[in-house]
Amino acid sequence: MSAKQSLSSLILGALFGSGLLISGMIHPQKVQNFLDVAGSWDPSLSLVMGGALLMTAIAFPLILKRREPLFAHKFHVPSAKNLDAKLVVGSALFGIGWGLGGFCPGPAIVGLVSGSSASLLFVVSMLLGMALHRTYHDLRSPPT
Amino acid sequence: MHHFTPVSALIGGLLIGTAASLMLLLKGRIAGISGIIGGLLHPSAGDASWRALFLIGMMTAPLGYLLWTGRLPEITSDVSNRTLIMSGLLVGFGTRLGSGCTSGHGVCGLARRSPRSLVATLTFILSGALAVFVSRHLIGVTP
Repeated sequence: MSAKQSLSSLILGALFGSGLLISGMIHPQKVQNFLDVAGSWDPSLSLVMGGALLMTAIAFPLILKRREPLFAHKFHVPSAKNLDAKLVVGSALFGIGWGLGGFCPGPAIVGLVSGSSASLLFVVSMLLGMALHRTYHDLRSPPT
Repeated sequence: MHHFTPVSALIGGLLIGTAASLMLLLKGRIAGISGIIGGLLHPSAGDASWRALFLIGMMTAPLGYLLWTGRLPEITSDVSNRTLIMSGLLVGFGTRLGSGCTSGHGVCGLARRSPRSLVATLTFILSGALAVFVSRHLIGVTP
């Protein structure tokens, strides 16, 4: 990988992580308060998502009109169109975990560097959950 | 209402959206964090380093905060370790089964007008709200 590629990965990660940090999403209680419409509701996270979507909803369609990205030869964009049970069940399980702990993957990764033991315990469990999915996936459709 | 922080939320959101847009423009990749991590757990040749570097970049954000304020951001959780482990397992398994999380489906997928991402986003927000309702108000795990 070229220096341009490596450096841009690092800088984009830093920008993304800074956004998560500044937005307050790295705080699990704030996330839970957003989801707690019947209790101490904090609507801040709708503005995080709204702000992010304001950028992406305008930029993505324009970018995808290009023949190729600036530093690569093709776009890696999901092609699946079907609304299947895996999508719904997976998203439902993710939502339950998100609500119970207040962490989703991005903020948990950023939180690792705060020295928070909760973030560390969550991330290790999340990686285990991802590995379990891989095992489950391979059992159902063995790699050829 | 509880600690509503509209300005920092909006600024943070705009930064996240800018990073996701530049990711697509420069690299042609979707900034979906669960997908980036998942791809690193079983990497194919030449596909691992951009993922690792992006995640390392994310982890420099608290260091920027440290330089700015003189301390690291303080993250507190009021749920038990058992609940944290369970929630981590559910998030890990669920995001891989459902092909995305808040960033991949919620920010990038909706911007591509993907019906799959719309269904996924509505599903995880609803089930998340339900999980909080049950744990906070029915069982009373947290105050």
